[in-house]
Amino acid sequence: MKVRLVDIAHARSGDKGDTANVGVIAYRPEWYGLIRDTLTKQRVADHFRGMIEGGVERFELPNLNALNFLLHGALDGGGTLSLKTDAQGKVYSTALLRMVIDVPEADAKRLQLPAAP
Amino acid sequence: MKQVVRVAAGQGFWGDDLDAPRRQVEGGPIDYLMLDYLAEVTMSILQKQKERDPSMGYARDFVGAMESVLPAVTGRGVKVIANAGGVNPPACAAAVKAVAEKHGAGGKLTIGVVTGDDLLDRLDDLIRAGHALSNMDTGEPLSTVRDRVLSANAYIGSVPIVDALAKGANVVITGRSTDTALTMAPLRHEFGWGATSWDQLAAGIVAGHIIECGAQCSGGNCLYDWRSIPDLANVGYPLVEAKPDGTFVVTKHPNTGGRVSVPTVTEQLVYEMGDPHSYITPDVIADFTTIRLAPDGENRVRVSAIKGKPPTDKLKVSIAYRSGFKAVGTLVYAWPDALEKAQLADRVLRERLDRLGLHFDHVLTEFVGAGATHGRLAGDQHEAPEVQLRFGVRGPDKAAVERFTREIAPLVLNGPPSVTGFAGGRPKVEEIVAYWPALVDKSVVQTKVEMVQ
Repeated sequence: MKVRLVDIAHARSGDKGDTANVGVIAYRPEWYGLIRDTLTKQRVADHFRGMIEGGVERFELPNLNALNFLLHGALDGGGTLSLKTDAQGKVYSTALLRMVIDVPEADAKRLQLPAAP
Repeated sequence: MKQVVRVAAGQGFWGDDLDAPRRQVEGGPIDYLMLDYLAEVTMSILQKQKERDPSMGYARDFVGAMESVLPAVTGRGVKVIANAGGVNPPACAAAVKAVAEKHGAGGKLTIGVVTGDDLLDRLDDLIRAGHALSNMDTGEPLSTVRDRVLSANAYIGSVPIVDALAKGANVVITGRSTDTALTMAPLRHEFGWGATSWDQLAAGIVAGHIIECGAQCSGGNCLYDWRSIPDLANVGYPLVEAKPDGTFVVTKHPNTGGRVSVPTVTEQLVYEMGDPHSYITPDVIADFTTIRLAPDGENRVRVSAIKGKPPTDKLKVSIAYRSGFKAVGTLVYAWPDALEKAQLADRVLRERLDRLGLHFDHVLTEFVGAGATHGRLAGDQHEAPEVQLRFGVRGPDKAAVERFTREIAPLVLNGPPSVTGFAGGRPKVEEIVAYWPALVDKSVVQTKVEMVQ
């Protein structure tokens, strides 16, 4: 079943120099395992391919049902140098939430996941 | 010893809601009002102001904030801690003193002024002594941009603020203190936490991280269930109720809008986060993977179980330097084929800049309304009702950037059709002040506290 990340997680993003960080938080504790297993470093790097110049780092915060991603080279130089509308990476959060993931039907049912429209 | 200490946040950055400090002291009981004014590049703006007028160089908003909270400070014993001093904490203290005297309250303020973070006049000595102050991101030594440096300040921790409070200050004004130290220091002072009380110090830092952006932890900019967040027009700024063991509750005053919940606090915890295992500050390294959050009644979140460990022997230094000029111009193209028209305008503009022989380090085109922030992830936007062409240039040559700003308006009559949205006039040329993060040995930074009666 197709599931939209935006329906199972919320997020906030910010900047540090030319790096954007995106914290992704599962809406329900029982959904954390799914985003932890699905949102690998590679998957997120692929998602943002062509949009960021550097690599991706990934950290787990099981205590907050959250993951933190660092997207390097994401802000056109960052801060005052950047010519981008989103110079401070404020909406990389929802850009990540555009991801659509495939979940086996049985898991989706067990976890009561909302299906993508 | 107090068993509960309340620290309230009244400003999340320079430019935040001017009325929030007053609402925080009047809306309910608090012990400390914490005001954070400094972002990465704020110091350089203040340095430019100080160059023009040696009595400036601090966050002027703070003087008005102090005026609005004076009755609470002089009458009810609320203490104020702010990094409003910028690059000139003594001048900031003098301005606060003057405004207090105007209200006949000059004798009731004891201002602790924290200095020692400003390294600008010491940079050459430091470089000569072998401190490369290399850029933490690129590894380049500071000498490559030394002649363009505008400001250089070490991020300092809680010690001088605790010192000022111990000496009886009811207002503490710092320069480049870390945002989090402004909250941790009063807790450390009240509860007598030692320099190696790692878990408590880390808890104070986490409390600071949660409230340092003001209402961003109490319903502002919150994605979780955002439609249901009540009365943002009267959003309640956050406060922490802390206990000696380092546990605390995040809440806000009654009869205010916004919301404090596990999701609103969690969103703020992950904001601007790096490695959550090592949130490095001058006093302690906090481990964000140990934080426990639990609901504790309406608009209350209990925070506990935080672990800390010893800090490094370095301080981060925030250096700002001149780095050329930039300008951004915009035009709006309307349906039909809004995106295609904007794309043609982009090509025309680029060709004209080429024909004029103008060269830039960087040119960036965005199509706002057609994926400017989400790129290709936003999908097909060919039916967009309108698209804003947003065209930016950056380079060392001010004249070239100036010339560019005159090339936008002509497109209205001599470019693609269905164009509007040019009423703002020519784009403004901005000098770029860039940020250079570096590390320096702790031993070279000596902070000082001066008491102003």
